[in-house]
Amino acid sequence: MLLRLESRRAPSVLLTWLTPVMAIAATLVTGAIIFAAMGHAPGQALYTFFILPINSGYGFTELLVKATPLALIALGLAIGFRSSVWNIGAEGQLTLGAVFGGGVAIFTHGSESIFILPLMMLAGVVGGMLWGAIPAYLKTRFNANEILVSLMLTYVATLALSALVHGPWKDPGGYNFPESVLFGDAALLPILVEGTRLHLGSLIALLLLVAGWFVLARTLLGFQVRVVGMAPMAASYAGFQQKRMVWIALLVSGALAGLAGVFEIAGPIGQLLPVVSPGYGFTAIIVAFLGRLHPLGILIAALILALSYLGGETAQIEMRLPQGITGVFQGMILFYLLASDVLIRYRLRLLAPAAESRS
Amino acid sequence: MTETVPLLSMRAICKRFPGVLANSNVNLDVMHGSIHALLGENGAGKSTLVKIIYGVLHPDSGEMRWQGSPARVSSPSDARKLGVGMVFQHFSLFEALTVTENIALGLDAAPDLQALRTRIVQVAEDYGLPLDPDRHVYTLSVGERQRIEIVRCLLQKPSLLIMDEPTSVLTPQEAEKLFATLRRLAGEGCAVLYISHKLYEIQALCDTATIMRGGEVVAACDPRNESAHSLAELMIGEELKPPVRRESAAGDTVRLSVRGLNKPSLDQFGVSLHDVSLDVMAGEIVGIAGVAGNGQSELLDVLSGEVPQAEADTVVVCGTPCGHMSAGERRSLSMAYVPEERLGHGAVPDMSLIDNLLLSGYRTHKLVRNGVVDYDGARTQARKVVDSFDVRTPGVEANAGSLSGGNLQKFIVGREVCQTPQVLIVAQPTWGVDAGAAAAIHQALIDLAGTGTAVLMISQDLDEILAISDRVAVISAGRLSSPRPRAEANAGELGLLMAGKRAEPAAAHEHAS
Repeated sequence: MLLRLESRRAPSVLLTWLTPVMAIAATLVTGAIIFAAMGHAPGQALYTFFILPINSGYGFTELLVKATPLALIALGLAIGFRSSVWNIGAEGQLTLGAVFGGGVAIFTHGSESIFILPLMMLAGVVGGMLWGAIPAYLKTRFNANEILVSLMLTYVATLALSALVHGPWKDPGGYNFPESVLFGDAALLPILVEGTRLHLGSLIALLLLVAGWFVLARTLLGFQVRVVGMAPMAASYAGFQQKRMVWIALLVSGALAGLAGVFEIAGPIGQLLPVVSPGYGFTAIIVAFLGRLHPLGILIAALILALSYLGGETAQIEMRLPQGITGVFQGMILFYLLASDVLIRYRLRLLAPAAESRS
Repeated sequence: MTETVPLLSMRAICKRFPGVLANSNVNLDVMHGSIHALLGENGAGKSTLVKIIYGVLHPDSGEMRWQGSPARVSSPSDARKLGVGMVFQHFSLFEALTVTENIALGLDAAPDLQALRTRIVQVAEDYGLPLDPDRHVYTLSVGERQRIEIVRCLLQKPSLLIMDEPTSVLTPQEAEKLFATLRRLAGEGCAVLYISHKLYEIQALCDTATIMRGGEVVAACDPRNESAHSLAELMIGEELKPPVRRESAAGDTVRLSVRGLNKPSLDQFGVSLHDVSLDVMAGEIVGIAGVAGNGQSELLDVLSGEVPQAEADTVVVCGTPCGHMSAGERRSLSMAYVPEERLGHGAVPDMSLIDNLLLSGYRTHKLVRNGVVDYDGARTQARKVVDSFDVRTPGVEANAGSLSGGNLQKFIVGREVCQTPQVLIVAQPTWGVDAGAAAAIHQALIDLAGTGTAVLMISQDLDEILAISDRVAVISAGRLSSPRPRAEANAGELGLLMAGKRAEPAAAHEHAS
């Protein structure tokens, strides 16, 4: 028996949406094997990882809290990925958004003005766009690879944040801990459900997903994004300018990542810390692909990857597993997704040995 | 060896690819010393059949007999051992190596280079194929490169030589030389299986023809007893209407003007354009002939606006200097464009016909309001194109990549023609398109010019140029000859221009580098 890959005449639409499900199933099976190898009952371990965290109403709101930055960032990345602009530095854009937004909160500390929160969001968007503009400029001016530039700028951003909270922005009354002041109420997002951490940012993210769907599906800009990504020659035939697409992709994804950064510090965190994100900017890359670069898919994928964060935390507490288990599961999902995506354009065919030897 | 037993006999050959039966019960007999045409449209199954003969593909069922006895060919090397040689449409040569080294690489056993060199010179002289064994391939013209492939086959003393569309890259004179070689081979008893869809050359060259359509053999005939028209009808299986000619409708308004265009090539293998000037009047079709790679794509880049120029007045469309404008801006000047490459350039393969209509049509049809696309309007326009150009497709939602070459080309040409542009630039409008679709496209171009549009057509197909152009120019090594009325142009003279020779034919020699 021989397995052979045969190219399909057209990419399979069904499998485009089925391979993410296959990838998740394969991740669960492999996860069970890993748990068993570590001496845990696989069923119990998977339950602890994937069901226990969202078994309560509070757990479910926590899922939404974690999914919010993932969905926001992935939406921006998807617009870029569709037009073949590979922004890998959303983590840095998120961080710079947090720095800009946090700066507003710190400098207005003590004021109760209702304009503080909108100003923080605006500042966060500007910060993220600024960090996205650097790779965009270098790409369009010098053809510098945006993957490397945006990725390396991430480390610049996180170190800048760290320097600020270790230095000038350190809370004077904070016993020398590297933390900013706790933000005042005017700099915090309103809570949607009393007694939880679910905040207004989740609602805004949902609205932005709907807006993102509209832009991609119904506007000329969305059409241009798709054409540039699918057939660059056809884009230049139609007169769509690739450089403009690079700018749009990096500015939009930077803006959304920056906004996500503000939501984190004005929501669950409530101050600036040396690190404000557990790698949301990188995990959002997985979200974007698992969600097929489609806003609805991104919503679902963001919930799934958010669960991997919650599951990782629960597994640490309940089963004394190391923190790295979150990354293991996220990595497996991406690995299996990329591996099974080959089936979208190719089909597997079993060849009987007889037919093979005859040829 | 008796003359009544066919040299090669294929019996009930079937070959299936995903979604298509490429060969269905195909029978073919090739006799010793005959020049046998295998005729059919793109996708008729010709290439599949010869690849089976040459051992590149393996049939699902069927039998191959060689000189009367069953033969098993499981690889090209088996085929060569039998005595089958094949010259592919696309050459497999290493540009940086010499002719001798290239031929050595293609042989099954490692040869002594000096002895091989002597044999190459011998064979090349014997068959009138001038070839310098020490030249590097990158310095050779396409015709010379083809000679390498032919010599490579002849060195093995084949009894069957398969030629796949050999003249598509040749000037008429080069083609004539090739025919002389093939006739000579046939005279020595070597059979030639000649694949083409060019009817005139088949009539001039071949003594037998097998005609394929949709994977089946539909007819066998002696092409010398048929007319080009009847052969074409056998090929497409329906009645063929030749394009309805009209008197030239050329007005005296210049719609498209190129003045003193110079464009040095940026990349090593590109062609620089030298002082190209051209006017296209309202209502006329100007054809630019030339062998591929003589500056056509560079000229198209400049004309279409995909590579804008620094100076605005090198290209003037309807009185507006637009050399600096992008392709999109030029469309606003009522210019439309059909590029050479359908998939990925003229159309996005993975997008629907509706999206592909939007691609070039959203400005003219005003399908975008406040940045929002009117998809209903686009659907209506796409349907209109599909209906009026008889595009065979399950619907306008079908992806462009799922259409056959001819149908997609009809859609693209239709999409541009339906915008009723003042200037239309078309490149290779019927390249790889079946005869029925080609006739429809030619008619559409003639009709469009009849309404006063200036049409500029760049094509390597000289028959096409002579069939529908009002004036004809030739591009060679980045220089454009001055256009002359078709009535004064003939294929022989144009061929000389295509080969880079000036008006006086005796002046130049073979290797005009």
